[in-house]
Amino acid sequence: MSDVLLEVRNLVKHFTVGGGFFSGSPGLVRAVDGVSFTLDRGETLGLVGESGCGKTTTGRCILQLERPTSGQVLFEGRDLTTLDEGELRAVRRRVQVIFQDPYSSLNPRMTVGEIIGEPLAVHRLVRGAGARRDRVRDLLRHVGLLPQHAGRYPHQMSGGQRQRVGIARALAMEPALIICDEPVSALDVSIQAQIINLLEDLQSEFGLTYLFIAHDLAVVRHISDRVAVMYLGKIVEMADRKTLYDDPLHPYTRALLSAVPIPDPELEARRERVVLRGEVPSPLTPPSGCVFHPRCPVAIDRCSQVVPELREVKPGHWAACLLA
Amino acid sequence: MAPEPRRSDAWYIRPPVGTLLEVIDLQTQFATRSGVVRAVDVVSWDVAEGETVALVGESGCGKSVSALSIMQLVAAPAGRIVGGKIIFKGRDLLTLDEEAMRRVRGREIAMIFQEPMTSLNPVLTIGRQLTEGLEIHLGLGGNAARKRAVELLGMVGIPDPGQRLGQYPHQFSGGMRQRMMIAMALSCEPSLILADEPTTALDVTIQAQILELMRDLSRRLGVAMLIITHNLGVVARYADRVNVMYAGKIIERGTARELYANPRHPYTLGLLRSVPRLDEPRRARLDPIQGQPPDLTRLPPGCAFVPRCAFRVERCVHEVPPLRPIGSPGHVSACWEAERLERAKEPVA
Repeated sequence: MSDVLLEVRNLVKHFTVGGGFFSGSPGLVRAVDGVSFTLDRGETLGLVGESGCGKTTTGRCILQLERPTSGQVLFEGRDLTTLDEGELRAVRRRVQVIFQDPYSSLNPRMTVGEIIGEPLAVHRLVRGAGARRDRVRDLLRHVGLLPQHAGRYPHQMSGGQRQRVGIARALAMEPALIICDEPVSALDVSIQAQIINLLEDLQSEFGLTYLFIAHDLAVVRHISDRVAVMYLGKIVEMADRKTLYDDPLHPYTRALLSAVPIPDPELEARRERVVLRGEVPSPLTPPSGCVFHPRCPVAIDRCSQVVPELREVKPGHWAACLLA
Repeated sequence: MAPEPRRSDAWYIRPPVGTLLEVIDLQTQFATRSGVVRAVDVVSWDVAEGETVALVGESGCGKSVSALSIMQLVAAPAGRIVGGKIIFKGRDLLTLDEEAMRRVRGREIAMIFQEPMTSLNPVLTIGRQLTEGLEIHLGLGGNAARKRAVELLGMVGIPDPGQRLGQYPHQFSGGMRQRMMIAMALSCEPSLILADEPTTALDVTIQAQILELMRDLSRRLGVAMLIITHNLGVVARYADRVNVMYAGKIIERGTARELYANPRHPYTLGLLRSVPRLDEPRRARLDPIQGQPPDLTRLPPGCAFVPRCAFRVERCVHEVPPLRPIGSPGHVSACWEAERLERAKEPVA
């Protein structure tokens, strides 16, 4: 029996832009346009897509950092969109977030010990300064840092160490779900693998559930159990890791996979590449029908008229393409 | 008779013909509060005519400072080129005065940066930014410059180039801006383009478009390119030769094929092993390089990679390993234990 921790139902987030005195009538950006998925306890769902596809906004809507325009976010059975700020505070302890740039998400005037210890005090998780210090040391050890790092400031640490601090701060809340928003993309290649291994270790140690938002398809394949591909505010394909990478059904997924450069010159020389025409259209004026049709290498006439529903093409393999 | 050593890597044999740029023992330093940073520390490399060469490494390894040194755009007074030669078409650029250097920049060596938005002028139209160089460097008149600008935008795949000339950078998407940067770089028909992380800020599908465009144009126009990147995948497809940098030094160099098939420096090997790859079965666990990137103000006396190296021996702690030939011609590695790496290619369990 599956144990659903998070269920996102038909999530929509629209932003109004412009509409100032000089800029005429306001436009509507459909940042997230009807996204649904479930996340089982202990599972990692990868959310991939290019900039502006809505993956980060989806994460922020789950955290209620953005209030969704419509739709439901069911966490442990409760719809977070109906909770007020007071009620959310308790929930936020259980849903933590790790950001891309640990430097801008850590207070530069606080020591690492204070950064990790403060939420422990605020949420009254650990009482007493001595006990808090012990807990901070413990957390530092879990993320591969040393007790003496507690006295350092973020600027005295490297990018990889700062990301470890961000992870320790999230862990301090004993969360059930961690939303990882591009947690390794700002890090050097040699450090990325360290952080990914750390996230995997912590997951098995604490039974964590991850929503892993990233644009790097190779990293997402490594860490995810299931993967959802987003394009212009919609999920266009979703399946378990192996199915999605070995047998992609959506032409956008195929193009994304073929665009990833592989560090092997011999292989690259032989590799056929699907280079997509054009660019991601503006979410202000999305194309009619399937939003991908203007760039799609296999589009037919009907694609510009009919919006393809995300449907279960094979058991567990969802795709939003008329030709799938 | 053995060729006379010109550079500190004494085994070095001058390439046969067509060397466009030869950097010899370049040293660029920055004075910081915590001490002198040797950002580029006695580094030699070269680019042949029409060739694409890569400088690969992580942040702070000195790859961008290398390019800025060639253009002599290192921010003074903190940054200074303190030694070496930069021989471009037979002249040492470091001996040129500012006026002569200005004629080299853009005209003979052009540069493409990572973030096109910050390198374009937001208050000038695309057209003006393109024609300015054409007028100054090539002496074209207004109409001729405009005509050439339209051609250039068309060449880099910007639709409706005539109309686009009147627009401003903010009206262009990230990919279009990078196309515009390429058009600017090509505008004065340089013989060398320095591209510093040209696609890092772009999405993967746009990245593929831009890289294919750059390769196509460089082949068609015979422009040599230096691609600076941290992405080993990008380099595999597009570079003829690769230089790997670590802590201000080149630690390995070879043809792309040789370097990827037979990495002979533990750092190169580590980089290749640590990235998950789509062409291989998923590994249960990634194999990262241990430890932290080096602090350039406190480098160890021996090899800078020692604290992170799985192959280190006593000698590595005290003696800086020089680049020396290993394996096939042109393949060099700065590792005392380079021979031992041959046997270690299989990932350790």
